[in-house]
Amino acid sequence: MKHQVTPVRTYVLVWLALMILTSVTWQVALLDLGSLNIVVAVTIAVIKMTLVISIFMHARHAESVTKLYVFAGFLWLVILLSFFLMDYLSRGWQVVGKPY
Amino acid sequence: MEQQFSSATLGMWAFLLTEIMFFGGMFGAYTIYRYMYPAAFESTTHYMNVTLGAVNTMVLICSSLTMALAVRSAQVDNQKLLRLMLVLTLIFGFVFLGIKGYEYHEKFVEHLIPGPNFEYNNRAFAHEAQILFFLYFAMTGFHAIHMIVGAGLMTNLIVQSARGRYSSAYYAPVEIVGLYWHFVDIVWIFLFPLLYLIGAHLHT
Repeated sequence: MKHQVTPVRTYVLVWLALMILTSVTWQVALLDLGSLNIVVAVTIAVIKMTLVISIFMHARHAESVTKLYVFAGFLWLVILLSFFLMDYLSRGWQVVGKPY
Repeated sequence: MEQQFSSATLGMWAFLLTEIMFFGGMFGAYTIYRYMYPAAFESTTHYMNVTLGAVNTMVLICSSLTMALAVRSAQVDNQKLLRLMLVLTLIFGFVFLGIKGYEYHEKFVEHLIPGPNFEYNNRAFAHEAQILFFLYFAMTGFHAIHMIVGAGLMTNLIVQSARGRYSSAYYAPVEIVGLYWHFVDIVWIFLFPLLYLIGAHLHT
């Protein structure tokens, strides 16, 4: 079988990037960025996820149908969460929770 | 053989999509309750062991590296390195579960397990905060169950690789367990900031 063999160097670099991003998430969370805190946290998590999926899980070299599965899976999840938020965020007439 | 490998990989991804839906429901519940009770959710970070959470994140990332290197060792027919990497991955998995168990013990001692004995010093949020701890135990609990299953799969891989079953010509099981292992790592990558760091800026 001739599968693309990723060099050890690439794997180690991805590992290093993941470790650094973990520390960045932690340190940035200590700053008060208001509503941006969650945006930064999720963005970093998505970058880490992309690294793991494309390099560690070999999605980069996978067949197109596999790539489609990967892409679809996360797209459906994003749609699910967006519709949840669309519902709750639009309930301006209903008092929910305590204000910041 | 090539086709078998492709269909096995695709099948595993199909299974992982059902896993995304499984965890997705809990992430959905989290999204709604965090939107409804932002201040209560922020107050819970004070009761989390952020250092251990971060250490566990790094332990899992290390285990993902050794898992990826295990697959690579199989691809290049390095039997010795394959076994070593699989054993290291399993050890990292047990370290993670050990730390997680210690954290659960802490929560138990501090009465932070949702239910009749739940106690929360921050009176203003006593009820709403309980929702986060429920989500915390549900999400990290299901994640831990996945880790235990992964440890079982890893043990099987170690036994089979010791018998020399895997080579560059046949390593689909290693690749597929690898996909599962990395997926479980990704779930934790999201759980760490969402459960441990919500209100970290309040407690510096």
